Amino acid sequence: MSLLVDLAIIVMLLCGFRFFRRPPEARKGNLTAAAALGMAFMLVLYRHDIVDPAIVIVALLIGSAIGWAAAMRVNMIQIPAMIAFQHGAGGIAAFLVSFEELHAQGVPELVGQISGAASLIIGAFTFGGSMIASAKLAARINQRPIVLSRHSLILSLFALAGVILTIAALQAGGPQRVGLLIVLIALSIVTGVLFAIRIGGADMPVLISFLNATAGLAAAFCGIIIQNRLLIACGATVAASGSILTHVMCKAMNRRLTNIFIGTKAAAAPDAPQSQAHQQDEPQPAVEGDLKATEPSALERPDPLESAAEALRGAASVVIVPGYGMALAQAQFDAVRLAGLLAQQGRRVRFAIHPVAGRMPGHMNVLLAEADVDYGNLVEMHDVNPELKDTDVVLVIGACDVVNPAAMEKEGTPISGMPILATHEARRVIVCNLDEKPGYSGVQNSLYTMERTIMLLGDAKKSLEALINLIE
Amino acid sequence: MIDLLIMLGVFLVAFGVGYLLISKVPPLLHTPLMSMTNAISAVTLLGALLLFSVDGGAGSRLIGAVAIIAASFNVVGGFAITDRMLKLFKTKEKG
Repeated sequence: MSLLVDLAIIVMLLCGFRFFRRPPEARKGNLTAAAALGMAFMLVLYRHDIVDPAIVIVALLIGSAIGWAAAMRVNMIQIPAMIAFQHGAGGIAAFLVSFEELHAQGVPELVGQISGAASLIIGAFTFGGSMIASAKLAARINQRPIVLSRHSLILSLFALAGVILTIAALQAGGPQRVGLLIVLIALSIVTGVLFAIRIGGADMPVLISFLNATAGLAAAFCGIIIQNRLLIACGATVAASGSILTHVMCKAMNRRLTNIFIGTKAAAAPDAPQSQAHQQDEPQPAVEGDLKATEPSALERPDPLESAAEALRGAASVVIVPGYGMALAQAQFDAVRLAGLLAQQGRRVRFAIHPVAGRMPGHMNVLLAEADVDYGNLVEMHDVNPELKDTDVVLVIGACDVVNPAAMEKEGTPISGMPILATHEARRVIVCNLDEKPGYSGVQNSLYTMERTIMLLGDAKKSLEALINLIE
Repeated sequence: MIDLLIMLGVFLVAFGVGYLLISKVPPLLHTPLMSMTNAISAVTLLGALLLFSVDGGAGSRLIGAVAIIAASFNVVGGFAITDRMLKLFKTKEKG
């Protein structure tokens, strides 16, 4: 009977995921999943007596109030940092529960003990990694990858120490076990930190997806030690989701997970920290010297703003390619205004979204949804690429690597083989970037120097406002 | 032993079915998806709650309380942010 009730809740949770297949129903899906979790919560209260209800209620109120307040205040560009922070909170809960179960609550059988140790390690690792990820995403700490000498060796030694500590802790008893478990938690947190600081900039979507998967895994292992099927099922679905997203992100960058995690690219382009367009107040990367050739010719051309407006006036179809630089310049609202204006004049306007645009999977879609774009006008890379060569004007805003033809044409660069938006095939290209410097990959973008390309350098917000004025 | 097999079964089935369902989620919704699964991973709240189903000392109660605060922060915040985000997605086309 109790198994059937559990199964009913699990099915309800899975229905929540099913609703996510179609955007109009996604909200219902989220509420369904929340209701499933709510029922699981009630079920625990029904099945077990709570000894100190006052503490439970106060703790619940505090946590929920902070969670709610944070959720209402966060803006869409901060979403990745917030989600990473929440992953960390989930990690804390997982390792604390496992810690308690492993030493205080009688000793479960061996499988339970090993699962508990796994949950403790993964939970603490998720916490450490997520705090770094969150700080990087919120730009509280430098987003560049920080690589220690012998970084991989240190991590391997830590992993080895973790295994030895786990075995020692599981064999020890009483206070000795408590001490060893605390050391194990500390070690796992530090490992998470060391793991995450090596990943930066454009690789953040992979890190956050990976931590999503580990948070789920920690919950699932936690479910085994406390013998709760609901925990296991919920954790497993989250682990599945995180794995899928990690895979999607790796594929979108044509990079192997191991390469990202051992920082292969960090060695290839150590001086090009920021992805895509750079914000003014951030330190400029040290890649210089290649600009001199292009600058004088840019001056000789007629006013680029005027020619860009001219190109847009004559276009029947326009595709806008937003990058994270657009979000940094807070130019999405102007981009949407321009799109609306062009559509009003009878042009076909769509936004082409690269899978890794933004700082987490699908981030750009949320930013544009916030700016009131009809999501019917957001098209995915693979759908829009065949149509780009018949597109009159492509407007690139704050994107660099995801439109760099070198990914298709050159061998041996950090982005070679990465799927890109084939904007260079369009009839005209307008680029609204802060500068002509390479993106995160450090690879020069030949799109910028093409004959058909009009460069509008400087703050994208100002460029777009000027364009709107000219076209209106 | 039976319990263990059931738990393993639950994990594998949930992972498998979850995998199939989630791979159909369009990239458009990947951020809300991760935000929602993030909330679901705070199901460890149930484990934290169970810590209070047995007697324990002050230390154990403190740990339990911190676990409940962290997990309820995650679960409430996660679902609330997801809902806020999904409200932003609008279309004129019939979806």
